[in-house]
Amino acid sequence: MTQMFSIENVSVAYGKVEAVRNVSLSVEQGQIVTVIGPNGAGKTTLLMAAIGLLKSTGRMVFQGTDLARIDVEGRVERGLCLVPEKRELFADMSVADNLLLGTYSLRDRSTTRKSLDDVFDRFPRLKERSKQAAGTLSGGERQMLALGRALMAKPKLLVLDEPSLGLAPLIVREIFRTIASLRSLGVSVLLVEQNARAALETADFGYVLETGEIIQSGPAETLIHDPKLIAAYLGGH
Amino acid sequence: MTADIAAILAIDGIATGAVYALVAIGTVLIFTVTRVIFIPFGDIAAFTALTLAALDAKQLPGTVGLVVVLACMACVMEVASLARTGELRAVPKAVLGYLVLPLIVVGIVWLTMRFNPPMPVRIVLALLLIMPISPLLDRIVFRPIADASVLLLLTVSVALHFALVGLGLLFFGPEGVRTEPLTSMAIEIAGVHVSGQTVLILTAALVFSGLLFLFFDFTLIGKALRATALNRTGARLMGIRPARAGTIAYLLGSLMAGVSGILIAPVNTIFYDSGFLLGLKAFVGAIVGGMASYPGAALGAFGVGIIESFASFQSSTLKDVIVFSLLIPVLLWRSLASQHSEEEVEE
Repeated sequence: MTQMFSIENVSVAYGKVEAVRNVSLSVEQGQIVTVIGPNGAGKTTLLMAAIGLLKSTGRMVFQGTDLARIDVEGRVERGLCLVPEKRELFADMSVADNLLLGTYSLRDRSTTRKSLDDVFDRFPRLKERSKQAAGTLSGGERQMLALGRALMAKPKLLVLDEPSLGLAPLIVREIFRTIASLRSLGVSVLLVEQNARAALETADFGYVLETGEIIQSGPAETLIHDPKLIAAYLGGH
Repeated sequence: MTADIAAILAIDGIATGAVYALVAIGTVLIFTVTRVIFIPFGDIAAFTALTLAALDAKQLPGTVGLVVVLACMACVMEVASLARTGELRAVPKAVLGYLVLPLIVVGIVWLTMRFNPPMPVRIVLALLLIMPISPLLDRIVFRPIADASVLLLLTVSVALHFALVGLGLLFFGPEGVRTEPLTSMAIEIAGVHVSGQTVLILTAALVFSGLLFLFFDFTLIGKALRATALNRTGARLMGIRPARAGTIAYLLGSLMAGVSGILIAPVNTIFYDSGFLLGLKAFVGAIVGGMASYPGAALGAFGVGIIESFASFQSSTLKDVIVFSLLIPVLLWRSLASQHSEEEVEE
């Protein structure tokens, strides 16, 4: 397996407060990797640093390229795409326009039509609402749109921040099914989740982040049966 | 006041309003994309008129010097900042964009001038020459403070206006100009005399705002500009660079301001400092639209034009006072009617 993305000894500080300390992790080609942990552990901060929206120390390598001098837009152009926790949709623009903007970073836009059809096949709800303003969608539909918009960019690594946050259980299941299906497209995924059980069931490998540090890591199947983790995050089923 | 006079004043007001509307739309465009309230927009309009007048008189317009100086400054700044961050590979592209491209425009104007081009070509040349100014100013002045508060950006923008007025005096001299009329025909609508210039102003305003809307609706770059205006972070995550979106917004805005300058030049005498009132009145129109809505800004601008027209009939010395005092109720209404979200307050 070839390495897709690696983070080595990365720290992120807000002023003097270090929110993320010496974190190292890696995502292999075609792998779904999850980072789980409680609220305020620094998960979102870590992802913001990975995409370049926050300054960080340490080293990040994406497909053999050191990201130190590459800005957010440059990372997106290279196929590193973030679906943020806040979705960051263009509320006053139509669903279709939101999706089309996903292709902005691509050099070759000849396949836009096909990508759009693929997204509409995946999320038929978006097709029904393609002319509607994104701001009028329900929470679940917004998440679908955010995911669809990121897929329009043909990402190599999709970074997902709490995709299930605030969604109804039925929709959460649909979103996770979509994430699992990305494997067949050859898209690697870095998934940050509070919903630890669903995340570990979908992922190949997992890291546990607590107060800014990785305290445990291992194959997802091992973590899901770890008694300590069950007690802390998985709600002893 | 008789109905005839009222009709004449209204038509006059609508024509003035159309000119303000072009500048107001440009102001809103730049504000929404870059958060800069670009006060020097009126100056850009005035400089376009002065440029066209110089071309008419077969002189090399002062704009040439201005563009060359600004291009050199912008290029030096860009190369220096690239060198500081170690991105030396991007230097040739920066030199091309900030120095070579503006110089090519200057070269085209300089070469074409020798052939005594006809009026339409001179107008295109004037517009071409004016368009690089705002993007270059953006690079020199606003890019280094792009993350500053709206208030700081506004303060800098006002300072920039005064600097530009000074540069205007330096490059264009103190004489006022009035360009030749674009058309001498006139029509009569329901017994009211309407000059060809008025018709032309209205047509140009409609055509250029129409083109802008087509651009926003049907091109990916247009959509990217709207996306940047709506959600900067979201746009960056799509790979849209706010700085590049800003440059495009400044280019388009300058085009709108330039067109308005060319439209008023045959009607009003334009001096190097005539732009301020034009820009300020367009700004009032834009405020009526909440600095966010294009139709709102256009309507506001037409309102300002019509009020100004009637006010100047009642008391020509007080017309500006009347127009600007009307801003007070509008501001009161806007601040009472609009809900401030926490996010807006943070900005």
